[in-house]
Amino acid sequence: MAKSTATRAAPVSEGTNLPFIYRQYPREKLLDAVYKMHLIRKFEEGAEESYMRGLIHGTMHLSIGQEASAMGICMPLSTEDQITSTHRGHGHCIAKGADVKRMFAEFFGKTTGYCAGRGGSMHIADVTTGNLGANGIVGGGLPIAVGAALTAKRLKTGKVAVCFFGDGANNEGAFHEALNMASVWKLPVVFVCENNKYGMSTSTERSTAVANIADRAVAYSMPGVIVDGNVLSDVAEASHNAIERARRGDGPSLIECKTYRYRGHSKSDRNRYRTKDEIDDWMNNRDPIARYEAQLVEFGIATAEELAAIRTSVDEEIAAGIEFAKASPAPDVADLADYVYTEQA
Amino acid sequence: MDTAVRELSYSQAIQEAMAIAMEADERVILMGEDIGVYGGAFQVTGDLIDRFGPDRVMDTPISELGGAGVAVGAAVTGLRPVFEFQFSDFAALAMEQIVNQAAKMRYMLGGAVSVPVVMRFPAGSGTGAAAQHSQSIEAWLGHVPGLKVIQPATPHDVKGMLLAAVADPDPVMIFEHKLLYKMKGPVPEGYYTVPIGKADVRRTGRDLTIVATSIMVHKALEAAETLAAEGLDIEVVDLRTVRPMDRETIIASVKKTSKLMCVYEGVKTLGVGAELSAMIAESEAFDYLDAPIIRLGGSETPIPYNPELEKAAVPQVPGIISAARDLINGVR
Repeated sequence: MAKSTATRAAPVSEGTNLPFIYRQYPREKLLDAVYKMHLIRKFEEGAEESYMRGLIHGTMHLSIGQEASAMGICMPLSTEDQITSTHRGHGHCIAKGADVKRMFAEFFGKTTGYCAGRGGSMHIADVTTGNLGANGIVGGGLPIAVGAALTAKRLKTGKVAVCFFGDGANNEGAFHEALNMASVWKLPVVFVCENNKYGMSTSTERSTAVANIADRAVAYSMPGVIVDGNVLSDVAEASHNAIERARRGDGPSLIECKTYRYRGHSKSDRNRYRTKDEIDDWMNNRDPIARYEAQLVEFGIATAEELAAIRTSVDEEIAAGIEFAKASPAPDVADLADYVYTEQA
Repeated sequence: MDTAVRELSYSQAIQEAMAIAMEADERVILMGEDIGVYGGAFQVTGDLIDRFGPDRVMDTPISELGGAGVAVGAAVTGLRPVFEFQFSDFAALAMEQIVNQAAKMRYMLGGAVSVPVVMRFPAGSGTGAAAQHSQSIEAWLGHVPGLKVIQPATPHDVKGMLLAAVADPDPVMIFEHKLLYKMKGPVPEGYYTVPIGKADVRRTGRDLTIVATSIMVHKALEAAETLAAEGLDIEVVDLRTVRPMDRETIIASVKKTSKLMCVYEGVKTLGVGAELSAMIAESEAFDYLDAPIIRLGGSETPIPYNPELEKAAVPQVPGIISAARDLINGVR
């Protein structure tokens, strides 16, 4: 049985009326969350810089600004629980527990990378921590997560599957088919829509017939919950409730995290479809890390000095990760065809 | 004759293989549209639901993309799904999950996962079902590294190859010609496998190699019998696996007969025969050829409804006979 990582250690503020995570989790877990949110952002910045310097080729989709969504959803999950991720998936991978060393190594195309240099940014995965992989196809992970939940139910593993997808994917046919099947079969899966307002350049207003993607849950007889995706505790609370429901055998849920990506869709984006004012508003007034840090200080969980020390540790881990990637060996061209099929004795 | 060998139809052989696989391994489940109490559009799953229950013989909604994707996700995480498409044509609805996910997932993740999913595709023309229920699309999927694509032609082979497919750690696509479902043949009882990736020489001969797939194997054998009466000695090779192709067996046969004809139901252009021809042209067998390579494939049309047009759209025995005769006699 997969056990919840929500340890039984006393929550920092049990019995108070503080937001959910402060009533639910011990201090170490709250500090781990802020560490990982910084780690996600710094990883993205490190990847971006490495790309600019020509150390990483291809393209990438950065999740800066969406850290609370990735982290909040993953906080109630155990290592054994499984996620499927998206093309904007670096944050999910880190939040689920991956090592940034091996992620950087993958981006650098090295054999020490999680995918042995075959996947890169768009297919980053760490199966050992339950991440079945980012996906280059919008909506590609939706049915796969349902399949993971089917396995959990059939084999009675107690695992829950979480499917991250974006607002763009909610208009794919796979969304409809996956949510319908998950509901018909009452599978332990949580659908998490990270609505960052734009599918590439097309706004949800222009692409989606309903005001909220969570509104679509009613069509699948499952709860549809809208949260401020930039407020860690709100995301974690919705995730906790959906995961508990799934573990009880009551079936799937849909969570919509309203959030925003600071960077463009990918490296080719000229940002002509949104205004500087809009971007500035999200960056300056709704930043998920700044808001979480302010709470940690306000509630007496961490001091400014402690948070500064966390940021220093994150910087060190990022620098070490990039060095590890640089120093790692590239794949041998002779091994091009490895992993196409399973090697059989 | 071994008492453990009975006559079974092709569809009975498939059903028996699935039952054996499910008995042996709790992780094996069947998924598909109307495969439960209905028994499948071609009654291949039949009454398996009575034996294994609806949790292991799962009716899916009419959701080919989602259903295939669920099978992929289940395979990656520990089940062994056998997913039935009601008609192979409906694979077009699920190509995303087959081509972008199932085929590539192991590679994209650097070997961190395997995708042991089996997909079954009732295929081919001859049932009057017209253009969207009659195609032979094995070449589409055969083009995709990461997939294995098989076309068993006999009850014996379909049972053994399906059991090999279930045991295989990688995605295996099985194309079952619908006109074969009622064909009977000897099938051993119990568990056995027929290897994926090995062609079978069904008939030995010296004058011409016919490499045929699926139902065309039987048509080629029939043609070969007729031509034998004329003193022409035809070798018929059952390709059995489109990917990975058994180069060795085919090259050896062509080196022996010095002539190659490919007979397959899929559209001729850019099909299995093109690959066979090119493979021989690139091999040491090329120097042994003493006639052009001939392809008999499906017409460059959708499959039509009218029965005479439908027959004309795919190779038939008289056409195989005359093409073979001409090839051997140097007319072409």
